[in-house]
Amino acid sequence: MISLTSPVRTRAHGWPAGAKLGGLLLATVALAASSSLVVLGAGAGLVLLLYALPGRVFLAHGLRRLAVLLPFVLVILGWHLLAAEPLVGLAICLRMVAAVALANLVTMTTRLSDMMQVLRRLGAPLARFGFNMRALEISIALLIRMIPVLSETGGHLRQSWRARSARRPGWRIIMPLTLATLDDADHVAEALKARGGIGGAGPEISDTDERKSQWKRP
Amino acid sequence: MEKTVTHVALFAAIIAVLGLLPNFQLGFGVPISAQSLGVMLAGTVLGAKRGALAVMLLLLVVALGLPLLAGGRGGLGVFVGPTAGFLWGWIAAAFVTGWVMERWSSAPVLPVAAVASVLGGIVVLYAFGIAGMAMVLQKSLPEAALLVTAFIPGDLIKAGIAAALTASLARARPGSLMSRRAS
Repeated sequence: MISLTSPVRTRAHGWPAGAKLGGLLLATVALAASSSLVVLGAGAGLVLLLYALPGRVFLAHGLRRLAVLLPFVLVILGWHLLAAEPLVGLAICLRMVAAVALANLVTMTTRLSDMMQVLRRLGAPLARFGFNMRALEISIALLIRMIPVLSETGGHLRQSWRARSARRPGWRIIMPLTLATLDDADHVAEALKARGGIGGAGPEISDTDERKSQWKRP
Repeated sequence: MEKTVTHVALFAAIIAVLGLLPNFQLGFGVPISAQSLGVMLAGTVLGAKRGALAVMLLLLVVALGLPLLAGGRGGLGVFVGPTAGFLWGWIAAAFVTGWVMERWSSAPVLPVAAVASVLGGIVVLYAFGIAGMAMVLQKSLPEAALLVTAFIPGDLIKAGIAAALTASLARARPGSLMSRRAS
């Protein structure tokens, strides 16, 4: 899988994730509110500087992730060239690229575990209103765990299709894949229930070592 | 409770895995990913609430930094980019698709799933997508709509496939459509 995190460790990795996200939010709002070419240009230049500071590897990695915006940049620049207002097009592109680049920057320099911490902190007040944070955490873990399982199932299905047909499997394997997944979901639900369920019981379950060992996969 | 959690999580995983399938191309070179097909299926199979939850879970994990969108995209950047409207729209798309399925629960599966997928996965999804694109690219709504019309034929095909898949699921495992169960 292509990693979205940075190939090199930067100083920003040590900064608190909550502060980075807050800063990102403010900067995004500021970019959205501004229409001055000077401000947007300065903003984009600053973002580029942030990308360049950790070195060439980081810069190349970051710029590659922005390549998906290129078609949009070309369309907008072309559009506004035809409308004879190239500066308006330039402002739109600067704002868009700077906003996406800045958001990517936070993702590149923040570990998944740090992001989870922020999520947990944000979720804590919601828990008081009956929001089941534990269900959410189990869902996230399940989702991440099941992706390699499902893609392996998909691979098997594709192989067995190829063994019997010269045509490409395409969308046809989605049906057996979905069936297998729904069955898996039933089994996992039973397994969860057998291990005490998700219920409202909070983290005290996962804190006891005895219970923890039961959560391990057989 | 456990069943809801596992179905939501596993369907989110299906949508992610569909993003790994190689894109297929329409005759005129427009790439279509199978991922929005997964969003339609989430609605037709899981129903409104669970379908929307599956999409929200996937988007949350994408925002946390995992590259689970088609082409290995992900992270926070995709939520402010020009196609962000389509991502936000996925939630509403799955919900509306599931809602239509639940509403017409007495009618045959195939036609209802087709109508539901078109309403949710195309009409609602494009409304969000076009609005988002108009905002980011500073275009009027009709201008933004112009930029995405090329993708509508592909999505019509996907709605057809989603309906066919839902109907064969209902045949193969009659109890599997949560959108059709009174729960």
